[in-house]
Amino acid sequence: MSKVSLTVNGQACDLELDNRTTLLDALREHLHLTGTKKGCDQGQCGACTVIAGGHRINSCLTLAVMHQGDSITTIEGLGTPEKLHPMQAAFVKCDGFQCGYCTPGQICSAVAMLDEVKAGIPSHVTADLTSHPQLTTDEIRERMSGNICRCAAYSNIIEAISEVGRGEI
Amino acid sequence: MKFETPATENPIDQLKVIGKATDRVEGPFKTMGRARYAYEWHDVAKNPAYGYVVGSAIAKGRIRSIDLSLAKVSHGVLAIVTAENAGKLGKGEFNTALLLGGPEIQHYHQAVALVVAETFEQARAAAGQIRIEYEKAPGAFDLAAAKDSAPMADKITGGVAASKVGDFEGAFAAAPVQLDATYTTPDQSHAMMEPHSSLAKWEGDKLTVWTSNQMIDWGRGDLAKTLNIPKENVRLISPYIGGGFGGKLFVRADAVLASLGARAAQRPVKVALQRALMPNNTTHRPATIQRIRLGTTREGKITAIGHDSWSGDLPEGKPDGAVHQTRLLYAGENRMTATRLAVLDLPEANAMRAPGEATGMMALEIAMDELAEKLGIDPVELRILNDTQVVPDDASPPSKDDPQDRKGDTAANQAGKGKRFSQRQFIECLRLGAERFGWNKRSAKPAANRDGMWLIGQGVAAAYRGNQTTKSAARVRLDSRGGVIVETDMTDIGTGSYTVIAQTAAEMLGVPLNRVLVRLGDSSFPVSSGSGGQWGANCSTSGVYAACLKLREMVAQKLGVSATDAVFSDGRVRVGDRDVPLGEVAGSAGLVAEDAIEFGKLAKEYQQSTFGAHFVEVGVHVATGETRVRRMLAVCAAGRILNPKAARSQVIGAMTMGVGAALMEELAVDKRLGFFVNHDMATYEVPVHADIPHQDVIFLDETDPISSPMKAKGVAELGICGVAAAVANAIYNATGVRVRDYPITLDKLLDGLPDVA
Amino acid sequence: MRPFTFERVRTPAEAAAAAARHPGAKFVAGRTNLLDLMKLEIETPTHLIDVNGLALDKIEPTADGGLRIGALVRNTDLAADERVRRDYGVLSRALSAGASGQLRNMATTAGNLLQRTRCPYFYDTNQPCNKRVLGSGCGAIDGFSRQHAVVGISDACIATHPSDMAVALRVLDAVVETVGPDGSTRNIPIAEFHRLPGDQPHIDTVLRTGELITAVTLPKPAGGAQIYYKVRDRASYAFALVSVALVVQKDGTGRVALGGVAHKPWRVEAAEAELPKGAKAVAAFLLADAKPTDQNAFKLKLVERTLAAALAQAKGAQL
Repeated sequence: MSKVSLTVNGQACDLELDNRTTLLDALREHLHLTGTKKGCDQGQCGACTVIAGGHRINSCLTLAVMHQGDSITTIEGLGTPEKLHPMQAAFVKCDGFQCGYCTPGQICSAVAMLDEVKAGIPSHVTADLTSHPQLTTDEIRERMSGNICRCAAYSNIIEAISEVGRGEI
Repeated sequence: MKFETPATENPIDQLKVIGKATDRVEGPFKTMGRARYAYEWHDVAKNPAYGYVVGSAIAKGRIRSIDLSLAKVSHGVLAIVTAENAGKLGKGEFNTALLLGGPEIQHYHQAVALVVAETFEQARAAAGQIRIEYEKAPGAFDLAAAKDSAPMADKITGGVAASKVGDFEGAFAAAPVQLDATYTTPDQSHAMMEPHSSLAKWEGDKLTVWTSNQMIDWGRGDLAKTLNIPKENVRLISPYIGGGFGGKLFVRADAVLASLGARAAQRPVKVALQRALMPNNTTHRPATIQRIRLGTTREGKITAIGHDSWSGDLPEGKPDGAVHQTRLLYAGENRMTATRLAVLDLPEANAMRAPGEATGMMALEIAMDELAEKLGIDPVELRILNDTQVVPDDASPPSKDDPQDRKGDTAANQAGKGKRFSQRQFIECLRLGAERFGWNKRSAKPAANRDGMWLIGQGVAAAYRGNQTTKSAARVRLDSRGGVIVETDMTDIGTGSYTVIAQTAAEMLGVPLNRVLVRLGDSSFPVSSGSGGQWGANCSTSGVYAACLKLREMVAQKLGVSATDAVFSDGRVRVGDRDVPLGEVAGSAGLVAEDAIEFGKLAKEYQQSTFGAHFVEVGVHVATGETRVRRMLAVCAAGRILNPKAARSQVIGAMTMGVGAALMEELAVDKRLGFFVNHDMATYEVPVHADIPHQDVIFLDETDPISSPMKAKGVAELGICGVAAAVANAIYNATGVRVRDYPITLDKLLDGLPDVA
Repeated sequence: MRPFTFERVRTPAEAAAAAARHPGAKFVAGRTNLLDLMKLEIETPTHLIDVNGLALDKIEPTADGGLRIGALVRNTDLAADERVRRDYGVLSRALSAGASGQLRNMATTAGNLLQRTRCPYFYDTNQPCNKRVLGSGCGAIDGFSRQHAVVGISDACIATHPSDMAVALRVLDAVVETVGPDGSTRNIPIAEFHRLPGDQPHIDTVLRTGELITAVTLPKPAGGAQIYYKVRDRASYAFALVSVALVVQKDGTGRVALGGVAHKPWRVEAAEAELPKGAKAVAAFLLADAKPTDQNAFKLKLVERTLAAALAQAKGAQL
């Protein structure tokens, strides 16, 4: 057992956890923040995506004890029923989900992904490595490929992210 | 209400709410992460313990011994369930293999133990401490090897296993143009995002299970049967389901083991199947081998059409119904279909999205493309040329009264001759699709177009899927403030049930959509059609229609008027010069109506089907053979589209699964060890964002009054039927390489691509 | 996952001391593979040493005009570094072709080198695998072997090394810097870092117990056109069937390494003399001793054709 202090969605959380507890299980089973989903527990689907220290990561592939002092944003920290985060609103508008199980991961991933593009991080499909990447649909598709949606709302998700990226929502 | 005559004008036809592209009513919950899935009910089933499943390490044989001694003393362990200590268990009506194996092992990763511990980490660690000795038995794992000795199946879903019309052999032999080709489709995994999960809680002899199940009433019955307890003692709750695609039609090991674990540990217990167990522990779409024979006149009129299909399953299992559509889609006087079923010791084969047509169309629609080329006829035109407006081979399901009917003999089929389709806009789908897609720009000659390093090709395929109807009930409450609550055990697996049901009630009762609250997925609610076979939206909304009709009568009765005179709109009811808010009529006690839709002889008198056409453009890399889908269009004729937004999403999702089937999805069988080797999401590849372009869907304006009072039909599975073949045909058009074995991975193309080195 | 104790360290010396104190210890940084394997009890460390606090997350120029990449530099940051994008394009490309955005944000330079094979028989603890349990046999050789190695294999193992990054490092002649538990340092050329399976497939690299990677250095830029061409069954988020890391100069000379075909990044320097003759000649040389299975024999042709595509891309030409 280890003690670990996290800031989750702006709230300080002190936990005493089995060292083996993943960040994902700490969120879901200990903090009861079940918006972050366990799809594979192997880093193969992206449903567990959260934003840690500003970066999107797979919370199933990290131990909670390795996040001492970290600031974590989960889907619950992005919007409220009264005021959805623009990405959440765009997903509703564009029907960017069906069963909803991959959706929190898609949304957290998309929010952080837009920041990665802004920061100029290249992707596999960036044509010119030495220039700043553009937010094209091909770029979004490649960058979101770590979030699998078996209902396959992909076409709609790309529309939703594009709208947010263009500042339309 | 009984639905026995075609629907006439009814309140749904107002189309104030129905037919409008509507955001999902549960959208904010899902996008905020507040929708509750099976594993997430920690507040209502307090202090749950955690179960971890141990799967069999062998494919077939027996457990010689299980040593639990280390696991029992492992930290935090509360109980360990095995077949030895679980008591006598039954087997669900819908299950082929037992959900808790031992000592006999029927398939790889069949559950053999559940470890229950205080925490997930402890349960997982203790599971690793169980020592099991197995005695392997030889098994059959190779469909191709078992093919020739496979007997005819008893039946396929929705029909007989084999059928004959006219003289197929004679007509095929005499046909001036013949195609005789064999196609294979692999085993496929549903790979839904939410693993099969259940949280079980006992209160005395009453069991509540929060689970992830498409068919609540089937599940309730089979869980009770498996546990040998009365059905009324079981309650299933499943309001949100993280995808199913047929993989959650039935009770699976998670629900049974959570229940047994909770009984043993005297605590609520939750169990989610580990991802790596899912492909072998649960069900899958079986591989098929399909032989298609088509004989035509020189002008392309089909005179002989034959379809043989082979698949495998465990003893007492089911075949894939790949031949089904071949009885219905194209004309031709002389016909045969046959379905053979091999006994294999691979995991249980069962339904996956559009079972039957999904695989059957993968083969038939490549065959049509090959035939078109042989004839020198455009593949769109060939399909139009062979359209039929009557059912050419009415191989109805075997009737209990007439056991002779089981093999679908000629006499039985003659009786069905002339049976019409309730609606059949197949030609319209093809024509409109061809126009919108720009089909006339396609080169009939393969390997004729290039875009840089990419060989470009276009392909077409028909889409066909039956429209099944089944009883569905609902309860509708009207409260004193004019709010409406709909309750039914219907499920929403991403299909949009919450929304179309809310739309239905809003339309029927003349209230705004946001005044309708829909509660689903609870076995304490009236029994619905459930979600499967693309029947869910049409049947469940028809059940809600029936209940709302009854509620309208109750309102009218309270006002002392005839329901037919009353106008329900804007939350009010108007009769003559009376104009009363609905809530006022309901009064403080409210009004409750419950009814079911029951489908009668129309389902037998007419063939009810959905039709469509898929158009696909691909690029195949000239050097590496990588295929990228560039454009996709589906045109669908599927009755009234209740919510075009959600319906479109269903279709694009199905199209994507079809792309997966075409290009990458295959459970790799280890034919020596008897299991699916690639049993996780890294090795069983499904499409990712980068694989899928923008997708277009067009719904034809159609109402089908023979299908239901909603005049709707299923659409969710139509979208997958034919897509894979359209991709295959586009690859052929791009490269000139004809691949008849799915998936069409690049290794199958390399030998036929131009020399580049 | 077996229980383990956990500690964070701040310096390589602390890390070494911790490793010396705990014989069953493992270093952990990016977690993207180790944790996965711990869940399956394929890796069973009794003690985890979190090295993320070591200040090894910088990319710095070296005296001879190269770059020194700290062991903890995340894959995303390495791919995005301006110097890497400009001067070592093949490395940036290889990194971006691997895994997913989320995983690249976690994965470190050292961890990427140390990731283990993704052979499904290795991952399934019910199955035989000499890499997991030496002497238990190989499930893949006569089983499902489509993804597996075609060259440098042994009768004991046909696993591939899954890294894309390592293939680029191999073509760039990178050097792996380490510190041993006794504080001694080593520079290991990337060519020698990963092993072939032989009869000891359970050992992936030449790292010794308790030895920690501190950095990877790149020699001064190789110039030329730099291509990383990765071929897989789906368009993204998948391991390579075959990949080609290529550096070609204007005069047609260059270097080439392959991924997805061997237990290590596959480079045969002598083959590079064939580059001016084209892909067929190079591929034939590179794969001269290939022993594919029926299921992965296609990789031979695929290597040749992928190399042709990469060479064309380098020239800005069409095929």
